[in-house]
Amino acid sequence: AAAGGGGLAPEMRATLDKVVGSHKVVLFMKGTKDFPQCGFSHTVVQILRSLDVPFETLDVLANEALRQGLKEYSSWPTFPQLYIDGEFFGGCDITVAGFERFGAC
Amino acid sequence: ARAMGVTKEDVEAAITSSLSPSSLVVTDTSGGCGASYEIEVVSEKFEGKRLLERHRMVNTALAPHMAEIHAVSIKKALTPAQAQPQPEPAADKAPQ
Repeated sequence: AAAGGGGLAPEMRATLDKVVGSHKVVLFMKGTKDFPQCGFSHTVVQILRSLDVPFETLDVLANEALRQGLKEYSSWPTFPQLYIDGEFFGGCDITVAGFERFGAC
Repeated sequence: ARAMGVTKEDVEAAITSSLSPSSLVVTDTSGGCGASYEIEVVSEKFEGKRLLERHRMVNTALAPHMAEIHAVSIKKALTPAQAQPQPEPAADKAPQ
């Protein structure tokens, strides 16, 4: 975890621990699964759909506190953010790279 | 607040000073909606680092500019060895 200026409030950290641990695959994105509001978020949704894995999405555009909290929680400045098994996996580029490595394209 | 925004040169300078790349290609991909860049970088500093860590290093280099950048896509983050073209198996006749 990065020791950034503000620091993440303990309540926010506890909430995020719970959210990312609540499902095997959790995607924090701009918009929703059915209505992504950004090309990068859309790309990751498409990849997860093509893999046929169940996943949950949360819309960071609908919750500014969540959006800011996650940036610190994962030390990652942008969205989408993909979590697998409670652990930060990466953003769009890393997800695409992982997908290509397994030859699913 | 500076109204100038972030330029391609700013992005190149930030990555160069943090990562001393042996190769760096920054492409402005903004289609009118603001600063947007694609980055391909080759650096010895990526040696022994996983992809997530490599991307974090690039993000860290760009952190001072991140608020003004609309989108960054890191297309490649390679070590110099990985960036070498793979030798052709048929090239075994070359001396040594």
